[in-house]
Amino acid sequence: MLELRNLSASSDGETFLDDVSLTAEPGQIYVLMGRTGAGKTSLMRAVGGLLPLDSGSIHLAGEDITNTPVWKRDAALVYQQFINYPNKSVRANLEFPLKKLGLKGDELTKRVDSYLDKVGLREFENRRPSQLSGGQQQRVALARSLARESRILMLDEPLMNLDFKLREQLREEFLDLFSGDSQAVTLYATTEITEAMMLGYQVIIMHEGKILQTGTPAEVFERPKNTQVAQIVNDPPMTILEVKVSNSEVVFGSGHKVKLPSHLSSLGEGSYSFGIRANDIVPVSQGATSEPSKIQFVEVSGSETVLYVSSGSGEMVVQIEGIFDYVAGSPLNLEIRTERLFAFDKSGSLLIAPGMGVK
Amino acid sequence: MVIKRVLSTLFVALWSIFVLMPLLWALTTSFKSPDAVENGATYIPFLEFQPVLTGWESIFGGGGATTNLIPPLVNSMVITFGAAVISLVLGAISSYGLSRYVFKAGFIKNQDIVFFFVSQRIMPPIVLSFPFFLMLLTFGLLDSQAGLILVSIAGLMPIVVWLMVDFFNGIPKELDEMAMLEGFNPFQVFGRVILPLAAPGLTVAGMFAVIFGWNDFFFPLILTFGKVATLPVAIVSLNATITPYWTLSAAAIFAILPLIIFAFAMERFLSKGSLSGAVR
Repeated sequence: MLELRNLSASSDGETFLDDVSLTAEPGQIYVLMGRTGAGKTSLMRAVGGLLPLDSGSIHLAGEDITNTPVWKRDAALVYQQFINYPNKSVRANLEFPLKKLGLKGDELTKRVDSYLDKVGLREFENRRPSQLSGGQQQRVALARSLARESRILMLDEPLMNLDFKLREQLREEFLDLFSGDSQAVTLYATTEITEAMMLGYQVIIMHEGKILQTGTPAEVFERPKNTQVAQIVNDPPMTILEVKVSNSEVVFGSGHKVKLPSHLSSLGEGSYSFGIRANDIVPVSQGATSEPSKIQFVEVSGSETVLYVSSGSGEMVVQIEGIFDYVAGSPLNLEIRTERLFAFDKSGSLLIAPGMGVK
Repeated sequence: MVIKRVLSTLFVALWSIFVLMPLLWALTTSFKSPDAVENGATYIPFLEFQPVLTGWESIFGGGGATTNLIPPLVNSMVITFGAAVISLVLGAISSYGLSRYVFKAGFIKNQDIVFFFVSQRIMPPIVLSFPFFLMLLTFGLLDSQAGLILVSIAGLMPIVVWLMVDFFNGIPKELDEMAMLEGFNPFQVFGRVILPLAAPGLTVAGMFAVIFGWNDFFFPLILTFGKVATLPVAIVSLNATITPYWTLSAAAIFAILPLIIFAFAMERFLSKGSLSGAVR
């Protein structure tokens, strides 16, 4: 078991980790999720011993490893850049750290063969990393990290520098690779919710060096603890609107009113922050329940169109299935699926999510 | 476009002739007899003049000559290669440290330390001559190979540090971190991971160190008194009024020959692209 107790790290006035605590079980994948600069890499570097801590302690299987030198930590890290020993062949890349561990002869050959097979690089074993594609280079790095069978395995956005197709393919391969009989505590950093949902046993949401929420992928997605988590786990980010509840009606900033949906009926009168996912805001022709807005920016992503719009109620993000010719600057009427509204209090903490009672 | 190419080729050809002519002159003269030397400029052996070994024999004490350049050659090699190797070892370690670790002493930071090293080369040698003389005198190292090696290191280390800091900066730090996570302590990371990757840089630094060390004239001149003469000092001490041209030419060619052989031997280590594939 890996236990991080109140880790804090800073340098030159910049905080990298702020009182981070976490317990992680062997054989499970813990996905660290957050935007760039959230502290995911810092947390991994701290666990690896590469980031000096201001305070806190790290325990592995009951042993305090806070002051254990990096080279004795038994931790492996796969970087987002594909880092390999450039002057060694693929096989030698895997052998090099294993020989340091004391493996030799048949045992060494078998171990290297088995991991080369796992990542599908057996036929490229005599090539140098520079003679491989990006995906293959990252597989070399992954195989090398896995082959050591360390007690801690960390992957820092390993798919970030790959193209979309390759990312999807490797993501699926990861599932197979990690679902083996590995007894390592696996930490996997990503900015993508899809990856977190697919791989994570537990998702740890980080922001500005702090852990905001820990839970299963479904928990953090369906019950984001606060508006920050809600925006991090939704891509495109969740729209947060300042509203008032009065006379069983939701009054938006623009003055536009809708009936208070049944799942929010327990809310008393007052001011709230309501969250709504991008695909729960729908463009409609003008009507009594629609909110007039203006398109600021149009983004086509894959098979979806994402519109960034401004209205009297605030900035909104709209996601529509399919590709459409919306033009920036043109007006658009929107309808919010009120049954999908998330209610947060003024400090941003979740009060009610769709499908749950009062927290 | 064609004119540009013709002009540039012409310029390179002229420049090559300008650079190579003195060498060719010295080389042919070293194989000439006194008659051939006095018969005007001739360059093609067997056709324009009959090559003889008189000049070459006399620099090794042959033909009754008092000159023998073998001991100075040995001195030059011991001092140059000794100083170059020590400078490379110390310089590589220093540069790696300066590239990877942050040093702070008040307002002095890493780049100031690098500049401090480089500044040793900015000072005219004459400024350092008196302190070096006194230092070697104190340690009893005047007119000794060890003394000259010591002085030479002070001049060569800056070149190595200057070149190698930049080279190490070009090797991603993540490679060091990854190797450390894979069980190698910082010394092993330096020796087994980074140093092999730095071979091209070390070759360049080594070549510069050897060239500068080999050609150093001033310090060997003032810090030795005949017992440990280096090749440049020994050649200069050949009195041009009594030493014939053919002997001086043979001595000049003999002095640069080891450098040329060394440069060709080192060329294969200068391969580029050895870092490709470290980080994509």
